[in-house]
Amino acid sequence: MQTYDLEADGLRGLNSALQAQQNATNQTSWEVVNPKGSHAIAVGLDAPIEVTIKGSTGYYCAGMNQQATVKVEGSVGPGVAENMMSGQVIVDGDASQYAGATGHGGLLVIKGNASSRCGISMKGIDIVVHGNIGHMSAFMAQDGNLVVCGDAGDALGDSLYEARLFVRGSVKSLGADCIEKEMRPEHIEILKDLLDRAGSDAKPEEFKRYGSARQLYNFDVDNAAAY
Amino acid sequence: MKDMDDQPPRTLPIQSATFTNPINAEIRRAAATGIYDIRGGGAKRKVPHFDDLLFLGASVSRYPLEGYRERCDTSVTLGTRFAKKPIELDIPITIAGMSFGALSGPAKEALGRGASAAGTSTTTGDGGMTPEERGHSSKLVYQYLPSRYGMNPNDLRKADAIEIVVGQGAKPGGGGMLLGQKISDRVAEMRTLPKGIDQRSACRHPDWTGPDDLEIKILELREITGWQVPIYVKVGATRPYYDTALAVKAGADVVVMDGMQGGTAATQDVFIEHVGLPTLSCIRPAVQALQDLGVHREVQLVISGGIRTGADAAKALALGADAVAIGTAALVALGDNDPKWEAEYQKLGTTTGAYDDWHEVKTRRA
Repeated sequence: MQTYDLEADGLRGLNSALQAQQNATNQTSWEVVNPKGSHAIAVGLDAPIEVTIKGSTGYYCAGMNQQATVKVEGSVGPGVAENMMSGQVIVDGDASQYAGATGHGGLLVIKGNASSRCGISMKGIDIVVHGNIGHMSAFMAQDGNLVVCGDAGDALGDSLYEARLFVRGSVKSLGADCIEKEMRPEHIEILKDLLDRAGSDAKPEEFKRYGSARQLYNFDVDNAAAY
Repeated sequence: MKDMDDQPPRTLPIQSATFTNPINAEIRRAAATGIYDIRGGGAKRKVPHFDDLLFLGASVSRYPLEGYRERCDTSVTLGTRFAKKPIELDIPITIAGMSFGALSGPAKEALGRGASAAGTSTTTGDGGMTPEERGHSSKLVYQYLPSRYGMNPNDLRKADAIEIVVGQGAKPGGGGMLLGQKISDRVAEMRTLPKGIDQRSACRHPDWTGPDDLEIKILELREITGWQVPIYVKVGATRPYYDTALAVKAGADVVVMDGMQGGTAATQDVFIEHVGLPTLSCIRPAVQALQDLGVHREVQLVISGGIRTGADAAKALALGADAVAIGTAALVALGDNDPKWEAEYQKLGTTTGAYDDWHEVKTRRA
């Protein structure tokens, strides 16, 4: 276990040490103490290492992550795991706006609640939120799965492309071109796997599925009221 | 003769300066289709431009250099403020960002080859980095755009500089629309979207809002790239003084200011013609902002939007810019709107020099 005191030794030293780890590294386990809400902690990692952050973070924690597992024993600011490509990011507390924004892959687990625009423009990432999510979540979401064990706020999935949304609780309102869809066996399988990996004991059968009606895919004057 | 003498003099038919034939045609088109026109290119209206300025040549009070004999250094270094590896260019003329999708792979390769031969940089665009342009550009600027199509950290690390695109001159504050006709299998895959749909490029970044957030976003990008490469901030010209000042405050190494004559692949004609500022009018306010902050020449200013000739470039530099970027002019150099294709343009119902509906025609691409 490598322990890094962020307050004493600074952000640049932390990120350069973590980014220097190669696939075959022996230093696979890292602990970051005194994060104190700092921004851009553990960004741009690209090795199968495990980083545990002992406290809350600011913006863009684990941004653009590849391969690494980043655990936050606290809450995270805006843009956690933004543009993640692979690996896992697990947040014990709550997440601010834009959690998992534009993520292409990997798994983001938020054990508390997520704020607005969770999964905005997501491009293949899987996001599991144990609590609730805020308004405009999955806006323009392109691919991947967003699983919400609690409730969703206003305008869920506005201008959605091909991402799949699963919500167990209530949805305050659906955004433009987002509709409820039939939950087929293959969706139950996807959901079961994601809930297992995210450590949730929620039952897949309790969720509803939402997706794109695909009515706004081509620019058409008949859709003027929806634009 | 007598009959004619009896006729009172008549006025000539007078065309309205308000309801011109092009305006009337647009009204009829809008009435028939019920929706606005989407086109490419930049503002076509006449605006104050570099043609309205002249240089004062050498005379008694100024000393000329001997043409073709005395050395004139044209090199410029971009990104000297924070980056460990600034970009050194042999000429102060760069290739502006243009998307893969709007441009084909071979066009991207050609721009890369030409720029490398001239000792300057090219820029990616919406849709991500292609091997064609990375492979053939000795210096490549990677655009970080609101859509984040094709955005990945491996490409980010391959870039010689990063350009955070806040907006562009053709449509400041507006997103883009790459119409389905141009979405080939490769473009669709790079953007993680179904083939054949009209692809909306977002108008604002998904994970930051305003200059305070931008400062943190720049920190993140620097941390990911080890503070090695310059970070540019590109804005569409609307409030050049304040946008330049805020980009500097947010930590930009370079400010790119794009005026309304700058092109786009496709957006609403009304947006292209009626939003933004002429390139000429935004240079001095941007320079003034840099001077007021004491960072003129430390934070470099790149001007784009309707730069056509060496004279335009020289005038932009004389007004205080450090470099210019060309987009449309580079495409014209590649053969766009060339009169030798007039017959083909006629088949499309248009003529060379006026064609701006590239998105409506299926093109062959790599």
